[in-house]
Amino acid sequence: MNNRSLRGKVAAVGVGETTYYRHGESPDPEFVLCLKAILAACSDAGVDPRAIDGFASFSDDRNDPMSLATALGIDELKFSNMQWGGGGAGVAGAVANASAAIVGGLADCVVVYRALAQGQFGRFGQGPQVPGVPSEYALALSYGQMSPAQFFAPKAMRFMHEHGIGQEALRAISMASYHHAQTNQRAVMYGRPLTEEKYDSSRWIAEPFHLYDCCQENDGAAAIILVSADRARHLKQKPAYILGAAIGSSYRVPSSPAAEFSSKNYASSHFGQAAKRLYEMAQLKPGDIDVVQCYENFTGGVLMSLVEHGLFAPEEAMEVLQLENLLAPGGKMPLNTSGGNLAECYMHGLGLQIEAIRQLRGQSTNQVPDVNVSLAVGGPMSPPVSTALYGSEEAL
Amino acid sequence: MSNSYIPTDGSGPESEDADEVSSLANYYLPAGLPGPLIGPNDLYAPYWNGTRDEKLMIQRNPSTGVYQWPPQWITHDTQSFDIDWVQVEGKGVLYSWTRVWHPVHPILKDSCPYIVVVVELPHAGGIRMLGNLLGDPQQDVEIGAELEAVFEHHNDASQPFTLVQWRKIA
Repeated sequence: MNNRSLRGKVAAVGVGETTYYRHGESPDPEFVLCLKAILAACSDAGVDPRAIDGFASFSDDRNDPMSLATALGIDELKFSNMQWGGGGAGVAGAVANASAAIVGGLADCVVVYRALAQGQFGRFGQGPQVPGVPSEYALALSYGQMSPAQFFAPKAMRFMHEHGIGQEALRAISMASYHHAQTNQRAVMYGRPLTEEKYDSSRWIAEPFHLYDCCQENDGAAAIILVSADRARHLKQKPAYILGAAIGSSYRVPSSPAAEFSSKNYASSHFGQAAKRLYEMAQLKPGDIDVVQCYENFTGGVLMSLVEHGLFAPEEAMEVLQLENLLAPGGKMPLNTSGGNLAECYMHGLGLQIEAIRQLRGQSTNQVPDVNVSLAVGGPMSPPVSTALYGSEEAL
Repeated sequence: MSNSYIPTDGSGPESEDADEVSSLANYYLPAGLPGPLIGPNDLYAPYWNGTRDEKLMIQRNPSTGVYQWPPQWITHDTQSFDIDWVQVEGKGVLYSWTRVWHPVHPILKDSCPYIVVVVELPHAGGIRMLGNLLGDPQQDVEIGAELEAVFEHHNDASQPFTLVQWRKIA
């Protein structure tokens, strides 16, 4: 067996989240949200905040490690890392990087974090209002192709066309998230259930995406504390071991989504190769997974991510992606059991990583029985993408 | 990024000039969306300069004949800095599309829906480009439809440019 592996060597021992808000509604500045989430994760883990010696984030998070270390009075900073990848593509990559730092002896207690206050810093879903852009970007923006929903819609459209997948599959993905949010009081969409009729009659954003196929924009923060497996066994929570993680891309995908339309593997989430390495490291097959968290920037991305993780063939999508199959506790493939990015909170997918950990601990508001292997897929379509598998002691 | 460029009434930046307004009516989308800024030694300059002359220019490796798009500083198959720009026929096949209903830019507030297409050029190594599909924005869109390029000159932009648009071959 390849000794160069994360499998079983690191565990998530603490998770923390602030209150989640609609965008622009946080009473706190982003940095304060970040501190609150980190402190909540420390408290959950039973770890003194001053013992954190490493920071790992993604998506150009604005809250830099030196500011955090200074504010928290951290004894000794040993590791700091930023993962590339658009949106939440790097979320599991940040977990992977933190884990690698621990396995490699660079640090002992690393926090993975993400904080967003769109009221303070501006929203994602708006096009740039400037007369000119670098000539590469004009290949898309000048055609009114300027937001993530617009960039990704033709990818999903092509994938659905190639495999005969209908709108009902996207609807089931959306409804699963909204269904699970109804028992999760953290969820921004708690108390706001979605029906088939409401989905069908909702306005188009960019075909094939209705309003309810698109993630929210939120304010909040989330954090995960990682330590070595040996140390994890002496802390207060049931450890969620890293079974595997992978970062990657398809062949020749330009970094700008504005140019991605030319990539060979266009109708793709770009997870194919990374998922293969994920399973190799974890020494598992798709069929071993008990519960799935899969990043929904848009439902079409979930569809392609699930296929590229080998959970079903594209031709099986219409059969598998039916609401009853996706619901906890009894569905064949419980999906996004906290409400996910669509209905809990869009914290660039860190909430989905946390939910994967909660499922292993038995602490989800939509608990699946006897979870030993928990998949948490990061943001699709905007590579480098990243993905992680967490497991219980029994899964090792 | 500054918002100061965008006129608050949603009209184009040169809306007081009657001649300019009549030419704006020929654009698929209203003037005022970001255009290309061609910098010195710009990798994309041969493409954008070509469109001004109604030529569709893309990169090709002179030693292997492999097309590449978007442009790169080196050939991806041989890692050579020696790259040709060649003119290709403005014909393509509709590979994918979206119809945009939600405006994310003030200029587009009254221009939805509009159609964005991904166009594949089989005669140029299957490279793909984005554009708008001219005609009724509510038309049925068919993947696989044969398209031809139409050059849309934005002569009244502060840095004039030309967009390559696409329409169905009747």
